[in-house]
Order: sequence, then structure tokens, then C-alpha cells
Amino acid sequence: MNPLIQFTLFLADSNLILSQKNAEWCGHGPILEQDIAITNITLDLLGQARYFYQYAAELMNQAGHTHITEDSLAYLRTEREFKNLLLCEQPNGDWAQTVLRQFFYSVYQQSLYQQILQQSNSQLSAIAEKSLKEITYHIKWSSEWVVRLGDGTPLSHHKMLQAIKALWPYTGEFFTPTDFEKEIIPIDYEKLKMQWIDSVQNVLEEAGLPMPQNIFMHTGGKLGSHTEHLGYILAEMQYLQRTYPNAQW
Amino acid sequence: MKIKIKKFYYGDIPGDEAGESIASPTITNDKAWPLWEIFIRSKQGLDHKHAGSLHAADAAMAIENARDVYTRRQEGISIWAVESKNIHASNPDDAESFYEPASDKIYRHPGFYQLPDEIKHM
Amino acid sequence: MAIHDLENAFQQKIDNEIKIEPKDWMPDAYRKTNTRQISQHAHSEIVGMLPEGNWITRAPSLKRKAILIAKVQDEAGHGLYLYSAAETLGSSREQMIDELHSGKAKYSSIFNYPTLTWADMGAIGWLVDGAAILNQVMLCRTSYGPYARANVRICKEESFHQRQGFESLLVLSKGTKEQKEMCQDAINRWWWPSLMMFGPKDSESTNSDQSIKWKIKRKTNDELRRQFVNMIAEQVKLLGMTLPDPDLKYNNQTGQYDFGEINWDEFWNVVKGNGPCNEQRLQARRKAHEEGAWVREAAVAYAEKKQSRQPNEKTDAA
Repeated sequence: MNPLIQFTLFLADSNLILSQKNAEWCGHGPILEQDIAITNITLDLLGQARYFYQYAAELMNQAGHTHITEDSLAYLRTEREFKNLLLCEQPNGDWAQTVLRQFFYSVYQQSLYQQILQQSNSQLSAIAEKSLKEITYHIKWSSEWVVRLGDGTPLSHHKMLQAIKALWPYTGEFFTPTDFEKEIIPIDYEKLKMQWIDSVQNVLEEAGLPMPQNIFMHTGGKLGSHTEHLGYILAEMQYLQRTYPNAQW
Repeated sequence: MKIKIKKFYYGDIPGDEAGESIASPTITNDKAWPLWEIFIRSKQGLDHKHAGSLHAADAAMAIENARDVYTRRQEGISIWAVESKNIHASNPDDAESFYEPASDKIYRHPGFYQLPDEIKHM
Repeated sequence: MAIHDLENAFQQKIDNEIKIEPKDWMPDAYRKTNTRQISQHAHSEIVGMLPEGNWITRAPSLKRKAILIAKVQDEAGHGLYLYSAAETLGSSREQMIDELHSGKAKYSSIFNYPTLTWADMGAIGWLVDGAAILNQVMLCRTSYGPYARANVRICKEESFHQRQGFESLLVLSKGTKEQKEMCQDAINRWWWPSLMMFGPKDSESTNSDQSIKWKIKRKTNDELRRQFVNMIAEQVKLLGMTLPDPDLKYNNQTGQYDFGEINWDEFWNVVKGNGPCNEQRLQARRKAHEEGAWVREAAVAYAEKKQSRQPNEKTDAA
């Protein structure tokens, strides 16, 4: 498959899967105001995913596929075809793990999309530009929660430590480019990594939380080698489309 | 068995007619977030207007919560948050002495003055 | 002023369509009735998020998923507006939530029914929200100012809820055989519970109609229910579906639809806690609240620390 399509699907899948996970909070948040807040982020991510899927579908239909739509891409591809980051499919855990997952992802997204903005692909950069406004708010919201919990009570501090331990091993994948990434657009992965480490370090420091060192990093999501969580996510998400093939909803 | 039905309304089920389910202990000792009043400017050139209230742990969170709660449909471009306990209000009992004395000062309104028709706009 | 005079002055305001505001004098019973009704309305919004929230992760297209998330989120917002309105009467949100969780406070029984298929999302939007909107439109003119304003805001936002529900059913009604069956099945299951949402028949009333006198409520249960039946009986034709009531038919003399008897035993059973999902709904709410306790505490602890570190930090209003 053409690397641009793969890259676009990687962007779409990561947003969709994280949106799907965040959506589980709707109706179950720690307080109404924050239930509404995380649901806004859920909707933003879903919206971004849809723009990328629509673009990928357009590219695929141009390349000779037929009848590819945002929904066929989201609902009719298998575990091995999904290219989302492993971080995005990790369980919600508690509020600490959810806000930290969002924070790690949004900071990465910001740096990556800023680089996409500089690229000549006008479709991708238009989506990136629109998304960056949303991402700026996601970073504000999630980083404030990281600080609040890290520097809140001993219990919340402890829960943040656990969250870091659970999620950190999935952040290395951000900076490990696959072939399709190397082939399409010149993204400076060193810069991406430096920016990410820098932002995360600042926030963790303010939160009184340690920056993990020398942790083994898992990779593979971008190439379709996932954790066991993804299968369940897709089973739930895709069940209606799979049960009633070719139906319109 | 004839069930004795009292009049009630949608969303208004009287406690005595509604079977109590088994009460379970709930956590009530956590400190509730304070209440904030939210004022929103809907567009440049207009005043901030009271939109409603919400709970937040601090002022920054109150503004963000207001953004998430009260501007989901582009209702605003600027937000004020005031902790509700800091709002001082006039007393309704003072209404007569506060507001009625203004009612006979009709000379404060432009319609009080009769001008020749030749002056079209003033 | 003597209580009697205060009460007269209060009733006079109501009769003259002057809204009652939080700091105004009001009879205790008026305060109590409003607190109970507004908090029950709020609880209904919050518990109402659960049966639909169920289907967010399973929505069959990305568009439907976005619509459903936005709708369930609106319900959270509506609950929030209503809790705020009730708080102006002197009860804290925490208190009201405790009453919900202990089983003391009630919420609309409709949300104790399970959502079994995707078509239930459409049926809830069309029927349940349709019924709720009739009530809420009426409540925009209720006599207590904050409650009326909350309903105005709710009605503005809610107008898309019923439309999306009907449109979603319309697609199913034109779809495959399985989709059509799913659509009819959902209508069959949600029709009677929707009629029950309006409460018992007016003729079953045994006490005086204080809420009407105080203009908390401005139409009777039967008036609203009839309005609803007349509306839905016409709309269902556009879906090519039927309502599960053999007695439903247009009455040429009254110009309205006659309809069958509601199963009131079922109604009271669900109110008393024996509905299919009463226990699950409350458990889900308690769990969210209990698991959120440490989060809320941490936020307060952090706010206090921050305050003590920078006592004068603020952005000037402009």
C-alpha cells in the first residue's frame, strides 16, 4: 500500500481508538463538569479521525479501490490492519491513567502535526491546522490534570506514579519511524522527541513526578502488531457492521 | 388491590408513593468543589451575560469548565467566572425603596420632551 | 408581614405571571416541591445518560457515533443546568446526589428499561426525548425563574435530539429486513413506557392541584399525553411502522387520537424499584461517584496548595 495512505490511516486509527477509549467515560466521569470536558476531547479526536479517514478513502478510491469510505476503513479492517499507536489502545484504568494517556498523546500530536503543517501535502496540512487548535486545548486540560493529581493528595500522587509506570513503555513508539513514515514526508524524529521530552519533563516536574529513565519501549502498533486490548475494542466497535453486512445506518 | 394514586408530574414522583430502595452508604465526606457563576460575552461589542453556574476546584478550572459546559455551540468568545460566595446581591425586601422612586422621574426619558415637528431627529 | 399576607402577595405574583427568583419569599412547600421536581429532573438527565451511553462504543457508523456522543453529553449539560437551578433553592448538588444514590430521590422510570438494540437509540430520541420535550417546553414557562431559564437552555439544545432519533429510525425503516424488524421492535418496547412518562391519569388525582395553582406545571398529565399521542400517531406513518396499541385510532368527533389503557401496575412496579435496570443504573452512578472521590479531593487539595503559594494571582476581568 502506498505510504501516504498508510501514514494517513495511522493518523486516523490513533485518533479513533483513543476517542473510542475516552468515550467510555461518558456518563461515568468523576464529576459532571469533567464528564463533559473529556467528552469534548472525545468528539474532537473522533472528528480528526474522520477527516483523515475521508482523505485516506479518497486516495484509495483514486488508486483503484472501490467503495472505500470512512466507515469501511473504521469498521471493516482487522486487528492486523489497524495502525494506531499502542498507547491509544491501553485501558482507561483510573482518571490518572486516562489524563496521562491524553497528555502523552496530545503533546506528541502537537509536535507531529506542527511538522505536517510544513509539508507540501495540502490536505494533510489543512487537517493538521484545524486539529492543532483542538490539541492546544487538550494539552492545557490534560497537563493541568497531571499537575493537579501529581501535586494533589498522597493518594493521587501515588496513582499518577502508577499511571506513568503503566504508560511510559508505550511512548517510545512515537519516535520510532516505520518505513512508510520514512518514505512519505521528511519528519524530523529527533526534533519530535526533543520537543516531547522537553514538554513532558516540564509538566512532570511541576507535578512533582519523576521522569522515568531507561525503560524498555514496546513498538509495533503502526505496523499492526498490537497488544491484546485492540481485538476487544474492534470487536465491540465493529459488531453491527460485521453482523449486518452492507446495511446503511 | 386499589393503588392509591396521588397527582404528580413528570419528574416529580412523591417519596411516600415511591418505594424506597435499599439505601447504601455513600461517601459524603469529600469536600465539594465550590460553586461559580459564569458570565459569557457572546460576541465582541456585547456585555458579558450571566449564563449559569457550575462547580470547579479553582478559578482556572472554572473558566475551562465554563468553556466546556457553556460554549459547546459557539455561544461565547469571553468568559468571566466569579465564585458564587463573592456575589453580593440586593435584598428583594428593599425593592420598593430601591426601585420605585425612579418611576416618577419621567423627565429622564427622551419622550418627555415635545419638540417641533421640523426637528426630525434629536 | 404576617405569613398569610406573604402568601397572598406570593400568589398574586404568580397570578400576574411574575417569576419567583431565588431570594424572594416563597412558601416552604413551594421551595420543597420545586427542589424535589428540579432535582428529579436533573437525576433523570444524569441517569438517562446510561442507557444511551451504552451504545456509544457500538454505534454503527462514525457519524452516528459523533451524534450519539454529542447527545449524551448534552444530557450531562442539562443535568448540570438543573442541579444549578435547584442549588439556588438551598440544597447542594452533593446533597441531591446523595439522595439519588441512597434511593431516596427518584428519577424518570423510563431509564430503568434496557437498551437492547441499536434501534433503541432512535426510539429513545424520537419517543422519550419527544415526550420530555413537551414537558420541557411547558416548563420554560414555569413560575420559578432559575428552573424556567434552565429549561429554555435545555429546549434550545434538545431540539436536535428528537430529530436525530427520528432520522435514525427513518434510515432503519428503509433498510434491510433485519433493520426494519429492529425498528418495529424498538418502537414496540418504548411506546408504552413513553406514555407512562407523563404520569397517572388526571382522574386518579386525589389531592388538590397545588402545582398548577403555583404554575410550577402548566398543563395536566393527560393534556400533555394526548398532545404526544396525536403527534406520534401521525409521525409513525412516515416510518411505515405501527404503534403497539390495537385501540389507537383517530376520533373524527374530537379530532384527536383515542388510545388504549396504560398498564399502571407495571408503572408502579418500575417506580418502586422493580424495573429491569433500576439496580444497575443506580450502581453505575454510585460507582462513578465513589471512584471519582479521590479525584475531586485531589483537585481541592491542589487548589488549596496553589492558593497558599500565590495568594494574589488573578487575571483582571475586561
